Amino acid sequence: MSRLIMILILGLASLGPIVPVYAQVDTFEFDTAEQQQRFRRLSDEFRCPMCQNTSLTGSTGGVAEDLRREIHRMIMDDWTDEQIEQFMFDRYGDFIFYRPRLRAETVLLWFGPLIFLVVGGLVIFNIVRKSRAASAETLSEEEQRQLNELLDRKS
Amino acid sequence: MLRLKYFLPVLVFAALGIFMYIGLHLNSRELPSVLINKPLPNFQLEEVRTNTLVSKDDLPEGPFLLNVWGSYCLPCLVEHPTFMRLSEDGVIPIVGINYKDRQGAAQDWLDTNGNPFQFSVMDEDGRLGIDLGVYGAPETFLIDKNGLIRYRHVSVLDEQAWQEIFVPAIEELQREES
Repeated sequence: MSRLIMILILGLASLGPIVPVYAQVDTFEFDTAEQQQRFRRLSDEFRCPMCQNTSLTGSTGGVAEDLRREIHRMIMDDWTDEQIEQFMFDRYGDFIFYRPRLRAETVLLWFGPLIFLVVGGLVIFNIVRKSRAASAETLSEEEQRQLNELLDRKS
Repeated sequence: MLRLKYFLPVLVFAALGIFMYIGLHLNSRELPSVLINKPLPNFQLEEVRTNTLVSKDDLPEGPFLLNVWGSYCLPCLVEHPTFMRLSEDGVIPIVGINYKDRQGAAQDWLDTNGNPFQFSVMDEDGRLGIDLGVYGAPETFLIDKNGLIRYRHVSVLDEQAWQEIFVPAIEELQREES
């Protein structure tokens, strides 16, 4: 009996979608496969301003639909990627990019982690250097003489 | 000097903590607009009631409010009394952008709730909305005398927001002029 249920479950599961299902249901038409790929890639790279944690591809938000339509229009009009990115930036700012542009305002965002890495690295380097220096310290001639003296006195 | 060195990690942690605490209380829905101090985009759209074509030239002289609304938008109902009062008292001209709505529904909404707008343009496909960086109704822009966008308010503009944000902002605009 349990085996039968198992087979049923597996059977049902195999009916499920094999490719990931996206929330969007747009039916954009493209002239070439390359245009379609560009559309995919660009909609993946922009963040939906309304839902914030989804790309334009995965969002059903009204504004995401509109922006996908705009991207489609721009691709069909042979805009370059840079032009499309500029279009988005002029309207929605840095927020629209999952990978924000390198600008004065975003320098800290890009290189902040690097600063932490460098500072942390320097601290560790210092600690290691100091402990090395401490362990490798040898006595000067004068010190050695004093030590021997002390040892001799004891015996 | 040696003491300070040992406290450095604690200080760094405290600084991070402060930033994160502030971040925790930021409203992530209020994205800074890149259009501040930029001119309004051009448009040519039909008016929601009369179907006459309206363009940028038909906008009132600033300062005026540009409110993005829709009949489907519940928060718009919440801010609606504020706009009704502002329009009845003649405080400031208000122009509507009927954003991604159907004309029939929009007209019904105005008939039922009252019309605070000098006019409303129909942005059915959201094209003007995109040019304004809108991501959903309601949003309200404050436009100055020169047609520049000076402030963008995301979500409900209630009496409190009006008094605390818009009144000082408009006074600031008037100070600039004089």
